[in-house]
Amino acid sequence: MAKRIDVSGLTAYYGSHKAIEDISMTVEPRSVTAFIGPSGCGKSTFLRTLNRMHEVTPGGRVEGKVLLDDENLYGTGIDPVSVRREVGMVFQRPNPFPTMSIFDNVAAGLRLNGNYRKSELNDIVEKSLKGANLWNEVKDRLNKPGSGLSGGQQQRLCIARAIAVEPNVLLMDEPCSALDPISTLAIEDLIGELKERFTIVIVTHNMQQAARVSDRTAFFNLSAVGQPGRLIEIDDTERIFSNPSVQATEDYISGRFG
Amino acid sequence: MDISTQNTEAPPPAPQPTTGETKRAARGATRPGDRIFLGLSRGSGILLLVIMAAIAVFLTYRATLAIGKDHGNFLTTFEWNTNLNPPVFGIAVLAFGTVVSSIIAMIIAVPIAVAIALFLTHYAPRRMSGPIAYVIDLLAAVPSIVYGLWGALVLVPNLGGVFSWLNDYLGWTGIFSWEGGAPRSMLTVGILLAIMILPIITNVSREVFRQVPRMHEEAALALGATRWEVIRMAVLPFGRSGVISASMLGLGRALGETMAVATVLSPDFLIHASLLNPGGGTFAQNIASKFSEATEDGRDALIASGLVLFVITLLVNGAARMIIARRKEYSGANA
Repeated sequence: MAKRIDVSGLTAYYGSHKAIEDISMTVEPRSVTAFIGPSGCGKSTFLRTLNRMHEVTPGGRVEGKVLLDDENLYGTGIDPVSVRREVGMVFQRPNPFPTMSIFDNVAAGLRLNGNYRKSELNDIVEKSLKGANLWNEVKDRLNKPGSGLSGGQQQRLCIARAIAVEPNVLLMDEPCSALDPISTLAIEDLIGELKERFTIVIVTHNMQQAARVSDRTAFFNLSAVGQPGRLIEIDDTERIFSNPSVQATEDYISGRFG
Repeated sequence: MDISTQNTEAPPPAPQPTTGETKRAARGATRPGDRIFLGLSRGSGILLLVIMAAIAVFLTYRATLAIGKDHGNFLTTFEWNTNLNPPVFGIAVLAFGTVVSSIIAMIIAVPIAVAIALFLTHYAPRRMSGPIAYVIDLLAAVPSIVYGLWGALVLVPNLGGVFSWLNDYLGWTGIFSWEGGAPRSMLTVGILLAIMILPIITNVSREVFRQVPRMHEEAALALGATRWEVIRMAVLPFGRSGVISASMLGLGRALGETMAVATVLSPDFLIHASLLNPGGGTFAQNIASKFSEATEDGRDALIASGLVLFVITLLVNGAARMIIARRKEYSGANA
């Protein structure tokens, strides 16, 4: 189930451009860790190195180690496809498969992984939709297309799709930035429930959101445009927002830049 | 059309002194530029309808004349003898040949075209896909008579081996039996048509696959899909209606192809169960080979057969539109 993430000396490139440099951190299982920082500081890039999605971008390349419990995701002989089955991801824009029904969207990952009997699929889909607080809204229209839902419902559908395969870690890349405040609140409540089962890492531009949902907060920054992003500090969320140990963090949080 | 016309026709201006206010409030269509453009675009639309109507009236009129004189059954007679008095002709063989050769072409071309399009958009390195796409474009630019010559001089002499192999292993089906005649048969025509329609289906499919939103592919990747699974989950379903449209464009060309078929096929007026034995004919090929020597009645008869081809093409397009519309709510369009 939920696993610890241990990153050491991680550097990521887009072609010859170094996007993030020498990042090390530990993420505890069953916790929510928020990544904050100005645009272009490499939060999302770093997040995408945690499930080997970074290398999908043309020119994307990673150096360093990411340990999931004791297994190095970048070790030799590790298949990125199997990494992504273990580390789920929710994207900035809700992206349910437009050609699939609600049911098929949630079942999509399961069908990749193996053969399930129809009754098993039904059970898992129901459980996942309940886990994403969406079951009551969609249980009567599971065979309707997922693209007919509202933005917030679509994003919860994507969360249901991600948790249906029981990943060890759930990565969320600004999951609420395209949503209205009510839907955002629903997702934030959901994150609080999900952290009992998963290790969650969330990138957010909204500092109040980081303060509300996360246990730990990591602040990323870059010294100048074109320079690689770096991890400035990671600490308990309460401490980051009350008494950070680095001046830049305090400046960013209090709105002096960014 | 209705709505835009209503919107752009301004109500008669009230007799008021022309101030700056009322000028600005006037509808767009009263400005000269808008008026000219409206006239041009509306005129073009009407022109299209007029041309279509003129063709339809012409075809129907001449076809009715011919069918009135036909002493055979226009739909079922296996004969095309317009020099007799009264003339005897029927389109059964032509309809069969046209449909069968096009179906063969589609069966061969669509899977290959989709595979090429997928390769170009999702597998080939960028510096390779450019040149390949260019070569495919070139293939589309080759005139059909050149395909016909190639078919007659290269394809036909070299198909004998394939035909006897098919006869040995699949001859028992009847469809693939071969009596050893020159390979100028429906299958040969189908293969040639497949090569001819390959570029258009490939190009349109490639364009469709390229437009699959990156976020859908990433969604599949993040679930742990392999490259093929990404294509199956996100790319193919998204591109489905586009591939159907592309195939219809290809089918349209296959149904109407004239010179290449006329050069390769050795026609007769029989329906052959075997695709390998020479014979048969298509609408376009029949018109091309008979038109120059036809009498007035013979021309009318050919025009009647052309009208049938026109109707078949319309039916095929209608069917394709229905297939696309049936799954509209699942299309990528409302993503």
